Amino acid sequence: MRDGTSTTHGAAVALTALEKRYDSVAAVAGVSLDIRSGEFLTLLGPSGSGKTTTLMMIAGFEMPTAGDIAIDGQSVVGLPPYKRNIGMVFQNYALFPHLTVTDNIGFPLKQRGVSRAERSKLVGEALDLVHLPGYGNRYPRQLSGGQQQRVALARAIVFQPRLLLMDEPLGALDKQLRENLQLEMRRLHADLGITFIYVTHDQEEALTMSDRIAVMNEGKVAQVGRPEELYDRPASRFVAGFIGESNFLPAVVRDVDGETVVADCQGAVVRGLCRKPPDSGQSIVLSTRPERMRFADEERSDSASNRLRVTVSEAVFAGERCRYLLRTADGTSIVLKEPSSATVRRRSVGEQAEVAWPVADTILV
Amino acid sequence: MIPLLLAAPLLLYMLVFYALPVLAMLLKGFGEQHWTLAHYASLADDPVFLKTFWNTLSTAALVTLGTLLLGYPVALALVRTRGVTAAIILVVILLPFWTSVLVRSYAWMVLMGRHGLINEALLAAGLIERPLRILNTSLATVIAMIHILLPYMILPIANALRQIDPSLARAASGLGASPFQAFRQVVLPLSVPGVAAGVLLVFVLSLGFYITPAMVGGPRDITLSMLIAQQVDQLNWAYAACLSTVLLATSLALIAAFQRLPGIGNAFRMNTR
Amino acid sequence: MTVARLLPRTISKAVVGLILLFLGFPIVVVVVVSFSSATYLTFPPPAFGLRWYEAYFGSADWLRPTWLSLAVASAVVALSTVLGTLAALGLGRLPKPLRVVAAALVLSPLIVPVIVVAIGIYYAFSRYGLVGSPLGLVLAHTCLAVPFVVTSVSASLAGIDPRLQQAALSLGATPRNTFLQVTLPLIRPGVIVGALFAFISSFDELVVALFLSGSGAVTLPRRMWDDLRFQIDPTIAAVSTLTIVLTASLLAVAHLLRRRAQGNLGKASVT
Repeated sequence: MRDGTSTTHGAAVALTALEKRYDSVAAVAGVSLDIRSGEFLTLLGPSGSGKTTTLMMIAGFEMPTAGDIAIDGQSVVGLPPYKRNIGMVFQNYALFPHLTVTDNIGFPLKQRGVSRAERSKLVGEALDLVHLPGYGNRYPRQLSGGQQQRVALARAIVFQPRLLLMDEPLGALDKQLRENLQLEMRRLHADLGITFIYVTHDQEEALTMSDRIAVMNEGKVAQVGRPEELYDRPASRFVAGFIGESNFLPAVVRDVDGETVVADCQGAVVRGLCRKPPDSGQSIVLSTRPERMRFADEERSDSASNRLRVTVSEAVFAGERCRYLLRTADGTSIVLKEPSSATVRRRSVGEQAEVAWPVADTILV
Repeated sequence: MIPLLLAAPLLLYMLVFYALPVLAMLLKGFGEQHWTLAHYASLADDPVFLKTFWNTLSTAALVTLGTLLLGYPVALALVRTRGVTAAIILVVILLPFWTSVLVRSYAWMVLMGRHGLINEALLAAGLIERPLRILNTSLATVIAMIHILLPYMILPIANALRQIDPSLARAASGLGASPFQAFRQVVLPLSVPGVAAGVLLVFVLSLGFYITPAMVGGPRDITLSMLIAQQVDQLNWAYAACLSTVLLATSLALIAAFQRLPGIGNAFRMNTR
Repeated sequence: MTVARLLPRTISKAVVGLILLFLGFPIVVVVVVSFSSATYLTFPPPAFGLRWYEAYFGSADWLRPTWLSLAVASAVVALSTVLGTLAALGLGRLPKPLRVVAAALVLSPLIVPVIVVAIGIYYAFSRYGLVGSPLGLVLAHTCLAVPFVVTSVSASLAGIDPRLQQAALSLGATPRNTFLQVTLPLIRPGVIVGALFAFISSFDELVVALFLSGSGAVTLPRRMWDDLRFQIDPTIAAVSTLTIVLTASLLAVAHLLRRRAQGNLGKASVT
């Protein structure tokens, strides 16, 4: 669908101190974000975190109450949506029920005065691109959810926008189909080379698809980074809890050694990584992932690992792994996930044990 | 700005051809030259008005009661059946609903006349010796009005019944309630908003009936609407305006009172005919 | 045991059946009587024939009012559909206090007793020579027909997913094109249904016509009414049957359109 001469490149989007207030309530409370050309960026957050409002402001359906939105350095705040030239895929697809698939996809081209012949050529190419050749004469209601999704996608990219916005586009589909379409969107992103901004509340979806994720909470960006960065080095308790599962251990700072904090936790000394060194004596929370912990009764202690004594209070076998709910001396709950194996002894409820996990996987949040 | 421009032609039209004429007419009830409530004061001991008002209210009450008793079972049947039976019931309800009041009143004249079907049938069965006088009695008015207004009762009740989760009645049976108990204690209370909407609709529409009582009713059973028309024919505008105000105020008061009940607010928003 | 359980069910079925008979039978009687061959009104008819239809179609006294009613109703459809559709598009977006007042003004003919409307309009129109003229009937009937158009169009507007309009804008359609190419086609069934109701409401209307028809603009219901005062001959049954067929087929169209529109929008419309 792109001929060789028009080299499409993605738009760079800069959000500066973006704000949207309804009366006194701030739906978006100062979001600054640089989205790079050609990037697949996901806005991830729970409902009410401001991610959809942010997207709607980029699309032009909501006016920011403060701040700026610039596309390739040009502010678009004063521009109505139909002049922004941004592709958008909506929740539930928003296909026009009175138009055929061909006319739906041809709609943006018609608005741009593209001739009938050229239109039908471009629509055909777009249908090929989303693997729906021959579906042009159908009406949206005659298509399955997945097919409607593909038509919506084709319609949003047929006019070669340099930025594509997607608002929970896979939310209404079942898991299997969702996973297929996730892969297909990655492929499309790679093929088209344009910038994608994707909104979802599904952290797994965000982790699989995105180049970078901006985690949003209460109208603000909690953290931006590559998926593995967010997972391994969450910057806050919110991010650690929202992406994946985390154990939170309250502790008191004893000493700080460069990027490593040494703290007292449940009568043991525990080390963890920190971005900003805390004060000595300060109460902190250290976080770690359940699958990075292991039972270590038979191991020698070493300086690269933290250790804690626990009691097993629940044990659940879940196929590929066992999931244990443990309690420390003061009653803090810890989850530990262990790959299941016939050679590993399963722990029983009430049993005393010692767990260990790497210092490198312990983060001050 | 644009919304106002779109709505303005109609609002202007309704103001000029509907609201202002009606208001101007109603104002005549407060005196031709000077403001006065004398016309209204005289209504209080005007036997014709009092009798007519009472007749209008009692007819409306009887009709409402009748439509409720006949309408509830039909609404229940409409909701509880499926497929062809449900379609037939719906058509039987809607066909008369879609037929003009005039035609339906005429149908009752045919049925209830001196040589109408009812009398002929009763004579043939030997139950009576001379034709009964049914047409031109207040009974005829009530029967024909029940027939005309029955769909207005059935449809809101059916609407309310349809919104009741069927698993509730099943849950009640599961908890040991007999079908009758399940109906009395679960379905009936939950259908109250529909019943209230139907009652309001039928009562208010009954108050304004004119064609039917004039065609099939007795010469002495005059309704407010008929009295108003009569007064206009006699160019007695002040009196007609007073009566109109009373009729309108009664309708609006009833609607206002019912709207305080939960779940009725929409009664008049349905597309009724 | 089985009898005890079946009996209430049979009784309730019989009761519902009788009530439905009560609802449907009078209409059936009118239709059957219209095909009677007798010169007087009797039921069941001794034999069947089309003489009353011949009487109707052969009589200018009947055909003239019929044409007038059709013409008035058509004009009412044109006027009320244009005014009502435009208003429905605007009403929903008016600021709240104004919206409530405007909606009350537009929808009140549904609840104000029709006699009050009729004499109010009669009082005003008699001063401007609009009594006994088809124009007066058109202007008055439009007031009564407008609520049907406004409710029908508003319902189909409310049924449109707002994201469809957003989608159109995001795809580069100007607000004007969004309205013409997306909103308007989607509310079309609602407009047609409203127009059908407007037609029927005018075609069947009698109370206003009693005051405004005078002698110069006698509509079909008015003609039937005058006839009924003196006789109940089966011509009226034939006329009634024809109007039943006309309104029933129009409403069947409305019903089908509404069903199709619901399927189209994927959302249940209110009415």
